[in-house]
Amino acid sequence: MEASSPTDLSVSDPQLQHFIEVETQKQRFQQLVHQMTELCWEKCMDKPGPKLDSRAETCFVNCVERFIDTSQFILNRLEQTQKSKSAFSESLTD
Amino acid sequence: MAGKFGLDFMAGGGNEKLDPGLVMEQVKVQIAVANAQELLQRMTDKCFRKCIGKPGSSLDNSEQKCIAMCMDRYMDAWNTVSRAYNSRLQRERANM
Repeated sequence: MEASSPTDLSVSDPQLQHFIEVETQKQRFQQLVHQMTELCWEKCMDKPGPKLDSRAETCFVNCVERFIDTSQFILNRLEQTQKSKSAFSESLTD
Repeated sequence: MAGKFGLDFMAGGGNEKLDPGLVMEQVKVQIAVANAQELLQRMTDKCFRKCIGKPGSSLDNSEQKCIAMCMDRYMDAWNTVSRAYNSRLQRERANM
């Protein structure tokens, strides 16, 4: 009896593998847009009007940029503090 | 046996090979549905907060108008954020 069932999606299939990678990437993007829209709405939106005025629009754009800056800042600083921490603990255990 | 988007493929016994094209299409549809649901859920949350003060016994006219405008503004915001994020990603890639 064959081991593979009708529902066995072999991930060694390069076409499916590529598809999964592309869709995963797309979903990461979508999720962040959802998250940032929610956050930036709180910061940039007062009372919903008949259209998005230019001040609010600018605020949203800035908000996205600053959110990504924040994310990068946190990663960089974390990396630095990890490095200095491990150097410190290494010198202790020598 | 094959329904829309091959939804019945699990019902097939035997050794039929899955059409990867069909599977991919079905997955794309499911992803799109999930994203729409996510958008709706967050939009409902935000517009409820903005438009409904003390909850009455029904949605009055001003509340309904507010919700309608809020929906459109939320979509505008979502699109603005999407564009801005995309631009930022392009810029990051260009700098690498």
